Amino acid sequence: MKAVEIRGLTKRFGDLQALSGVDLELAAGEVLGLLGPNGAGKSTLVRALTGRVRCDAGEIRLGGRRADEPGARDTLGYVPQEIALYGVLSAEQNLRAFGRFLGLAGEPLARAVARGLDFARLGDRARDAVEPFSGGMKRRLNLAVGILHDPSIVLLDEPTVGIDPQSRERIYGMIGELRSAGAAILHTTHYMEEAERLCDRVAVIDHGRVIAVGTRDELVRSTIGAGKQVVVDADRQVPAELAAELAAQLPGAVADGERLRLTTEEPALAIPRLLAAFERARVGVRDLRLDSPTLENVFLHLTGRELRE
Amino acid sequence: MILSVLRTSWTLLLRDRAALALSFVVPIVFFTIFAWIFGGQRDSGTHRVRLLAVDEDSSPRSRRLLEVLAAETALDLRLRPAPGESGAVPAPFDRAHAEQAVRDGEAPLALVVPAGFGAARLSFAPGGDAERPRLILLADSSDPIAPQLVTGLLQKALFSGLGDLFLEGGIDSLDGVAFFTPEQRTRLAGLLEQVRAEPRAAAGPAAGGALPIAVEVVDLLGAGKENPLVAFYAAGLGVMFLLFTATGAGGALIEERESGTLDRLLSTRISMGELLAGKLLYLTSLGVVQLTVMFIWGWAWFGLELPSHLAGFVLISVPTAFACSAFGLVLAATARTRKQLVALANLLVLSISALGGSMFPRFLMPEALQRASLVVFNSWALEGFLKVFWREEPLVALWPEILVLALWSVALFALARRLARKWEMV
Repeated sequence: MKAVEIRGLTKRFGDLQALSGVDLELAAGEVLGLLGPNGAGKSTLVRALTGRVRCDAGEIRLGGRRADEPGARDTLGYVPQEIALYGVLSAEQNLRAFGRFLGLAGEPLARAVARGLDFARLGDRARDAVEPFSGGMKRRLNLAVGILHDPSIVLLDEPTVGIDPQSRERIYGMIGELRSAGAAILHTTHYMEEAERLCDRVAVIDHGRVIAVGTRDELVRSTIGAGKQVVVDADRQVPAELAAELAAQLPGAVADGERLRLTTEEPALAIPRLLAAFERARVGVRDLRLDSPTLENVFLHLTGRELRE
Repeated sequence: MILSVLRTSWTLLLRDRAALALSFVVPIVFFTIFAWIFGGQRDSGTHRVRLLAVDEDSSPRSRRLLEVLAAETALDLRLRPAPGESGAVPAPFDRAHAEQAVRDGEAPLALVVPAGFGAARLSFAPGGDAERPRLILLADSSDPIAPQLVTGLLQKALFSGLGDLFLEGGIDSLDGVAFFTPEQRTRLAGLLEQVRAEPRAAAGPAAGGALPIAVEVVDLLGAGKENPLVAFYAAGLGVMFLLFTATGAGGALIEERESGTLDRLLSTRISMGELLAGKLLYLTSLGVVQLTVMFIWGWAWFGLELPSHLAGFVLISVPTAFACSAFGLVLAATARTRKQLVALANLLVLSISALGGSMFPRFLMPEALQRASLVVFNSWALEGFLKVFWREEPLVALWPEILVLALWSVALFALARRLARKWEMV
């Protein structure tokens, strides 16, 4: 049984098709990255999971139960993109307040608060008001509040936006701890390296539709292929004749201003031919490098857009 | 550059509906309400003082006095209670009935014409009040203007409507010391007939002249109170600030939405209904504490009789705070931003405070406006506080105010719940 099963989820806001038949699954102990440009439908999907969006069609199951069944969402922990904390309250008071809303009381609440403070590494600031905390401290507390009730499913909406590298590392550590504890984690992010580092699988969503889902390697193979990318930076604009010659000799070679890119599964054969062609055309080479395809390339390939567009 | 600043500032203002409302709508609404109160609506006539009259004398002079007062346009003279549902004409007021009616707030004054009024001699001769005919005004001193107005109108009535009686009294007084000749008596009798024929043409008293009638004002409600009007001001200001507090605190909902905590809360086990009910309870408790602090301050510094009216205070404070809180939630659920809420709150709170009697007593408003003010719930709250602290009515007399405030609370909360659906789920 999957922790989260989403089948044919559809939602329209007026003329905007926010979700269009989304199918996704998430297993216990798995981190699924949700990538998509702004307006792709990520937030609508997360809000549908939390019950804040009433979908037109489709079904969500959490731990095998329909999400709209009473108590089904009790297994859900939600960490919003905003710092959704009470600034005038202390870290401990925030944890206590949200803990009560999450149904905790008495000794379990006290234990959860202590665990949350430790989890966010805020034990020494427990009684300080949250308002003057650094962005990183607030983000850590934001995450700790969302998992106070020890949920089996955690929704993380951009949990590392705008924070310093140290705090980001700590949040990565927190996410790792949650995964080790067996939580199923849906993680939306704009940071490709974060997705590559943390996520077991990645789902790319665009125009309300999941257009690819799989591990990083699966996505690369199914989109760009197993090839590497050769990037040559010329000392001037790549002449049209040279670009045409290379495109004829080496299919996939694309010139763009002073740069030429070539995706190939045999870089050792392609690079000498490239350099020879540049020399014949008397175009100098400033730099040459060999890149492995990234999720960024996959994303660009699938959506035609940069992630931050 | 200066013109650029001017142009940009106007553009900003025109794009800001809240600021526009504060700049133009609030002053106009206020002006209208106060113009109604003080100036009288164009077609509603001037403010008339309701005066209950008890004729214990039933003499021609007392009847004449009441006839003259009845013709006075500034007075709404009532000799008997309004007919009941059966249509039977009730008996004229007696002193006890009139006193109770004033205590109940049905009229600010009752005029009692005591027995012997007609028999006593009207005289300008020097002497104490004990020798003069006496009128009694039973007053609710929460309306400080009415006794002065009615005393002035009595003076006017006596000199203009009953001038012949004065002349007759004056002639009798002089006759006692001067002994007129028969010829002088005939001429004076002719003059008297002329005055009787044209009573309204008679001259008023000389400046500074004393009334030949003693008017005794009996303060039915304020007597014995250390600082009688403080109850009115405590209630009026207390309710107005309760409304401001409730709308301000209700605005926390908007802040919760903007900060994302509302989204987070609604993804926990709490429903929107529970959240609003919790907020309502919080605002109500805050309102009760606020009113309590205010009335304790009034008791400590201004002699407001809180301890002896504690039960009534609690009975009316709780539904008042409840209604104000529900009103605050409606405004918070209506406004989309904090700025909108501030503009809306200023407009509505100040308007209904003026209309409901927080700034100016309802009983001093024109009757049409008094009736209109019953559509705002705070007028019922103020009426409840006045019943407790001013009229000292029994607790059971508070049921209409408590019922109306409770109904308003339920209706406003239901409206807030409906409006909040926009935050709940899309």
